[in-house]
Amino acid sequence: MSVAPVAYAVETHGLVKEFAGFRAVNGVDLRLEAGKVHALVGPNGAGKTSLFNLLTGFLRPTAGRVVILGDDATGLPPEGIARRGVARSFQITSLFDQLTALEHAELALQAASALGYRFWASEGALDRYRPRSRELLSEVGLADLADRPAGKLPYGQKRALELALAMALDPRLLLLDEPTAGMGVEDIRRTIDLIRKARAGRTVVLVEHNMGVVAELADQVIVLQQGRVIAQGSYAAVREDPAVVAAYLGQAHV
Amino acid sequence: MRRGLVLLPYAVGIAVALALPRVMYPVLALDILLWGLFAMSVDLLLGYVGLLSFGHAAFWGLGAYAAAIAAKSADIPFALAAILGAGASALLAVPFGYLATRRRGIYFAMVTLAFAQLVFYVANEWRDLTGGENGLHGVPRTFPGLSLGRSADFYYAALPLITLGYFLAYRIVHSPFGHVLVAIRDNEPRAQALGYATWRYKVLAFVLSGGLAGLAGGLFALGNGFASLDLLHWTTSGQAVLITILGGIGTLWGSLLGAVIVLELRDALTSAPEASGVVTGAVFVVIVLAFRRGLWATGRDALRRFAAPPVSARIDISGGEVRHGRS
Repeated sequence: MSVAPVAYAVETHGLVKEFAGFRAVNGVDLRLEAGKVHALVGPNGAGKTSLFNLLTGFLRPTAGRVVILGDDATGLPPEGIARRGVARSFQITSLFDQLTALEHAELALQAASALGYRFWASEGALDRYRPRSRELLSEVGLADLADRPAGKLPYGQKRALELALAMALDPRLLLLDEPTAGMGVEDIRRTIDLIRKARAGRTVVLVEHNMGVVAELADQVIVLQQGRVIAQGSYAAVREDPAVVAAYLGQAHV
Repeated sequence: MRRGLVLLPYAVGIAVALALPRVMYPVLALDILLWGLFAMSVDLLLGYVGLLSFGHAAFWGLGAYAAAIAAKSADIPFALAAILGAGASALLAVPFGYLATRRRGIYFAMVTLAFAQLVFYVANEWRDLTGGENGLHGVPRTFPGLSLGRSADFYYAALPLITLGYFLAYRIVHSPFGHVLVAIRDNEPRAQALGYATWRYKVLAFVLSGGLAGLAGGLFALGNGFASLDLLHWTTSGQAVLITILGGIGTLWGSLLGAVIVLELRDALTSAPEASGVVTGAVFVVIVLAFRRGLWATGRDALRRFAAPPVSARIDISGGEVRHGRS
């Protein structure tokens, strides 16, 4: 993509999200350097997923601003954020059960065009995306399951398809919500390798509970607790931070 | 060979459509095809976007009134009047769709019902234009070079336009647009995260659906020679939903099958109107219990099992769920 590089892929200024008086996100100021992998960690209820939804337009902030890839994106709807070159995956596998894996990839590739509005066109018009779709599916190890409806894929493969969907958008910023949640050791291994490949030329932000994954992938770790950032830095630095140890790693780190 | 098999159902369908007025009362035959198209427009939303409209009588009725008024006030070919009806309904569907698609589930159904009631009362009050409770009678139907006096003549004259309506519905479902609709039905937030402005797709689907219902309603008024308030009544919306469910949601062609059953039943029971509701209701309950996915999907799968395809084609069956009514 020939867009001028920005120093920070994500900036937030005094970001607040309140749910009926409860502050899920409580004044978060972030500056996430472009081209790096950033991990958001923190105990359950720390506001990671709320923050994620604020960055991707699924929630509107109560106060504060969101700047994505250099442009103010506060209050944009999810599709508006997506069109700026942001792709996200969901914590709970979120696919189109009745569509095949191949149709998923085609749908994601088609999203950049206006083809979707052509109700008068034959679905043969989608054939142009077939080669690239197959390529994407084989990159995530789904080549043999291309014609299987997503609802009938095993769990690990569903997660892989999630990743393929995000990659199909060729995003500048990739946000992954717990990409390894519920996975076995082998699938985790493969996912780490996939994210490593995917990060080339992109900024990646991931919410992750598995500290092994964070240690392997993240250039920078941001620790959230009760809606605030309590520490940030390299994994090694953050894990020594007394506030973090007290809040989180002390009990959860295995 | 394979291609021939794919086209076979269409050939059969055209043959049946051509033979229909010879085996049954032509007015009934026309009503069946038009109610089928009307129910398809409901299925387009219900089966492919997951939106249950309980107010489609507004579009069917407006199409009927618009076509009737056009035909009565100007000497225009019936096809033009019907297309005007479709256009009027599509136009009305823009604001209705814009507002209704902000809601989903039961709330969407309630909002569409409320809009349809609004149209009903406006039509009732605006007597100069609609004839109020009397409706509009003596709606002429003409076409240069054709004499359309007999019902059977009009049936054949209207058939190309009706077929075009079916084709449009089919094309909408089997287009890149249709794929996005199914994605929205299955998982709207996911579609948004891919960059789709899903509300625009829903409004467009609503407008297309309203236009198809209007086309069917317009032809209905021209074919029967009248437009009356009961076309706008909420029970008309209910009957369209009933036909869709009987035939099978998300099958498109099932709506035609449902229309055959409901209209034949109604016709057979005209001498005992008080029994009509009970019998239709009983048939509905039996069919919904016995054929959970509707008549079309159940029948199609039974046929496929009967045809016992080779193993390679069997994968197609599970995939057949994906693109409804493709075969």
